[in-house]
Amino acid sequence: MSLLVFDGLLLFSIVSLAWATLTSSDERLSVILFMAFGLVLAVAWGRLLAPDVALAEAAIGAGLTGALLLAAVRGQPRPLLPGATHAPRKQGAAGVTVVLRLAVTLLSAALAGTLAWALLHAFSSTPHDLLPRAISENLEASGVSNPVTAVLLNFRAYDTLLELAVLLTAVLGIFALDQATPGYQPAGPVFDGLVRWLVPVLILMAGYLLWVGAHAPGGAFQAGATLAAAGVVLRLAGRSRTGLPDGYMLRIVMAAGVGVFLLVGLTLLLLGRPFLGYPPAWAGSLILLIETAAMLSIAATLLLAFLGGQPESTGVKAAANRQREEISRC
Amino acid sequence: MLTTQILYALAGCVVVALGLRGALLHASLLQRIVAINVMGAGVFLLLIAVAYRGPGLPPDPLPHALVLTGIVVAVSATALALALARRLPAEQDDD
Amino acid sequence: MIDILSSILILAGVFFYLAGSIGLLRLPDLYSRLHALTKADNLGLGLLIAGLTLHSPELLTILKLLLIWLAVLAASATSAHLIARQARRQETGA
Repeated sequence: MSLLVFDGLLLFSIVSLAWATLTSSDERLSVILFMAFGLVLAVAWGRLLAPDVALAEAAIGAGLTGALLLAAVRGQPRPLLPGATHAPRKQGAAGVTVVLRLAVTLLSAALAGTLAWALLHAFSSTPHDLLPRAISENLEASGVSNPVTAVLLNFRAYDTLLELAVLLTAVLGIFALDQATPGYQPAGPVFDGLVRWLVPVLILMAGYLLWVGAHAPGGAFQAGATLAAAGVVLRLAGRSRTGLPDGYMLRIVMAAGVGVFLLVGLTLLLLGRPFLGYPPAWAGSLILLIETAAMLSIAATLLLAFLGGQPESTGVKAAANRQREEISRC
Repeated sequence: MLTTQILYALAGCVVVALGLRGALLHASLLQRIVAINVMGAGVFLLLIAVAYRGPGLPPDPLPHALVLTGIVVAVSATALALALARRLPAEQDDD
Repeated sequence: MIDILSSILILAGVFFYLAGSIGLLRLPDLYSRLHALTKADNLGLGLLIAGLTLHSPELLTILKLLLIWLAVLAASATSAHLIARQARRQETGA
């Protein structure tokens, strides 16, 4: 009974935070409300016995997405103190009539109704747990004892390979579009002091999450997100080197996740086994190898996504290029 | 069919609807991107509610893996969308 | 016995969180709001974690909980400082 009260309060917070995020007229406010929404959602994942997802949601969904969105609204003037005025936001599409609003609201309500009907129909039919039983029966042969890691990196390893490829493609798209956003001013003593001990702790935590993912909640994605967060904190403190390698090493690290995955799969194919079909004796070590490469790759790509493009290099050649560009622009 | 499951799944449906409405009606690109992320969060609520099997039993790990993948794909799509949104006014001004 | 003590600590922590939120809503000025929120929330978290450590089975969990409290303490103090400094700059600059 008390858990029902808790569920009710939690769900009420989630829905009202979603409502507040979507109906606020200020961009920065809706981004901050979205971050709060993500954190309360992480509590819901903990309640529903999904700790892996809770870790990933807090680190990636609330943390990194929030940082990305806040970096996007950066530069738009907004006073921290009440009473000061700011320039009015440019209105977007003109003439969104009342009829259109009503139609869209009805469409969304119809979508919700259809989903709810389909769900209740599925719930009321007899539950079949064919897949969960298959997973738990094959868990010892998978090389890890955390079922989510087993699904991600053994039973459905092909999907994880494609997901890493999606991440890489998105960052390549970002590279193609723009240079990195301008950096931040160097941090004062307070922030600098925090960064000095926070970044090593984050790196340590990432290594721990990677290792513990085999038998407890954790894994490559959460570890990669923690490493990316360390880089984000370095960037916010105004450091020019955010922990990313230069030049060729950067490309190698970016492609490492997909690359190691493919290498392992193709080697197994050459040895006569199915693609990504690990032999049970080697499964644990192969999964750890793939997860390490994936963690580095995820961290690099998420950090590059936050930077907004290729980081400015501080080399002499780049500075000469910049001088030439400025001269040609006059 | 547990009460908890139904509650969370219905909340997920409501959040998906709210997100869709926001994505279609908002004027600013950034708020539309936020709305699409909210829609994704609603879908994740649905999936994890389906995976829950009661306080004693371990939950079904397959939807958890799907949601983990979904979170990472959502953040990469958001990053690309924000880079496009940053580039868009520059392209429009060049006309 | 442990249950009662831990419940009292957790309730006290929640009370401090509530006090901080009321301060956020009712205090007149950015600086006083920051002050109230940071102090009350950190104390609330400390009491909450104290209540949770009474339930923890092993030392490693207790150490992890303490690490969480220290990290949140440092991060919230730093971010409060940064917000206040930025607000001060906007005040004197504008």
